[in-house]
Amino acid sequence: MPSTAEKRATHDYAALAKDFRVQIIKMLTEAGSGHPGGSLSAIDFLTVLYYGGYLKHDPKNPQAPDRDRFIMSKGHCVPALYTVLANLGFMPKEELMTLRKFGSRLQGHPDKRRLPFLEANTGSLGQGLSIAVGLALGAKLDKASWQVVCMTGDGEIQEGQIWEAAMSAPKFALDNLTWVVDFNQVQQEGKTKQQMDLEPLKAKIEAFNWNVQEIDGHDYAAIDGALKKAASVSGKPKAIILRSIKGKGVSWMELQTAWHGKSPKKDEAEKAIAEILGGK
Amino acid sequence: MASATSGATRDAFGEKLAEMGATEPRLVVIDGDLGGSTRTTGFMKKFPERHFELGIAEQNVVGVAAGLAMAGKIPVATSFACFIAGRLEVIRVAVAYNQTNVKIVGTHAGIGIGDDGPSQMALEDVAALRALPGMTVLQPADLAETRQAVEWMVKHHGGVYMRLTRQNTDQVHGDGYRWQFGKIDLLWKPAKAPAKFQATVFASGATCGNAIAAAKDLESRGFAVQVFNVHTLKPFDVEGAAKAAAASTRVVTVEDHNENGGLGSAVAEAIAERGVGVPLVRLAVRDFAESGTTEELYDKYGLSAKHIAEACLRNVD
Repeated sequence: MPSTAEKRATHDYAALAKDFRVQIIKMLTEAGSGHPGGSLSAIDFLTVLYYGGYLKHDPKNPQAPDRDRFIMSKGHCVPALYTVLANLGFMPKEELMTLRKFGSRLQGHPDKRRLPFLEANTGSLGQGLSIAVGLALGAKLDKASWQVVCMTGDGEIQEGQIWEAAMSAPKFALDNLTWVVDFNQVQQEGKTKQQMDLEPLKAKIEAFNWNVQEIDGHDYAAIDGALKKAASVSGKPKAIILRSIKGKGVSWMELQTAWHGKSPKKDEAEKAIAEILGGK
Repeated sequence: MASATSGATRDAFGEKLAEMGATEPRLVVIDGDLGGSTRTTGFMKKFPERHFELGIAEQNVVGVAAGLAMAGKIPVATSFACFIAGRLEVIRVAVAYNQTNVKIVGTHAGIGIGDDGPSQMALEDVAALRALPGMTVLQPADLAETRQAVEWMVKHHGGVYMRLTRQNTDQVHGDGYRWQFGKIDLLWKPAKAPAKFQATVFASGATCGNAIAAAKDLESRGFAVQVFNVHTLKPFDVEGAAKAAAASTRVVTVEDHNENGGLGSAVAEAIAERGVGVPLVRLAVRDFAESGTTEELYDKYGLSAKHIAEACLRNVD
């Protein structure tokens, strides 16, 4: 399978992610509803994951058996994933503007019945990691080399099923599994710390026998390094905690609970885009 | 395999599963610390690399099964029916909505489990699973039927829920029985068929034996009753059930499940949708039950042959 584009330089990631942030704002504005905060916090990681060659994929053959699998467990942040996939050529970029509209393939949460290149239908928080464990087990059973990457939110991992899955992956030494926590600090009704504190998260996941890295979720070099390091770990499942900022890139959305689940109006979108494009 | 004369449907499931493991390399089994009870131990011993013990964590059992299905395996996830069907939200998304090829097998269904008491008695699982698009719901009655249903389930591509018993059930099928997916199964009719039956009884799973016993009792008292086994609860044989009901003056359903959403509801829907205007009596469980023997509980909660015979003659509460 053709791999992703050759390794990118950090400034390429920055330019790509800037463009993707603009597209996310535009599609959510057109949709009239949706979740900008978690898409903006996740986009830097997704950019490096897909464009840095860390996730084997082929837009021309999306069902290739040896592709790597990415599960967006925090399904409400699928606009970030749609954006990356459209730019990679999995679907026309114009289609992004149909998000959440009647008849669209781009449902509010992932629906692979309509978009078969998505790996799993999610949106009921806490379920993706179990699916990822099952996929990784299946790959091990077949002695296949493909990898599984699952992204959850931070609020999401208040769900008990996450910890059932977290317990199970080390039992089977699933070193073909990487769990990425987009720790953007804010959930629907408030700060994660107030709703149900998760700290010390690194120690918790380490106590479950995972290899854990904790990095700045908006530092491209750090993401690059963490993915590279994770690839070299064997015998254990890998976790990467992204210390990130909900709404990252639009100052007045950053860490604002209000921007978890509402889309910008037209004038707000213009303001947001101007800031994103103006940023370095 | 020679037909055994007694056994629980979970026994036949376990034997068939271990047998099919040899010819179906994609078959994998996922357990939540109840494999001895759900009878997957035989498979585990023969195919340890294809058996995954996930501990007491049924949400993860279902989710991991879905992931294995996405990786091309044919996962069978087992636990007590109450615990695994109780993880309805995970089944809803990871199995039904994702259209994964997961087989969920819940044993120890109903009050028939006896002494373990109400917390272990699944009485709402059929209702819940019937409501999920694309899910097939099966409840075989005896060993011969279970073996054939398990074989069909493994070969069928799609989500299936199979409901099995802890207790031994009556062997209601003779040698040469051929299970037919999606069709109601005539278990009994009098030697001389009347112009109109006094009643048509629909039973499922553990209650089939009592339904036949009731029909025989009624025959000796001069009433002609026909008995059908409903092994496929979804998709439901609407035409078959409506046709059978139309041949009788009343309809009785008997199930070891809550009165809402199970066999009785499916029959009610079928006869109403087809305009069959006959009275219907639904014998089913209406409350949480209690500890006791299967016989004691079926007697107290209205699932015994005596209750079925009574319901064939008059309306009962």
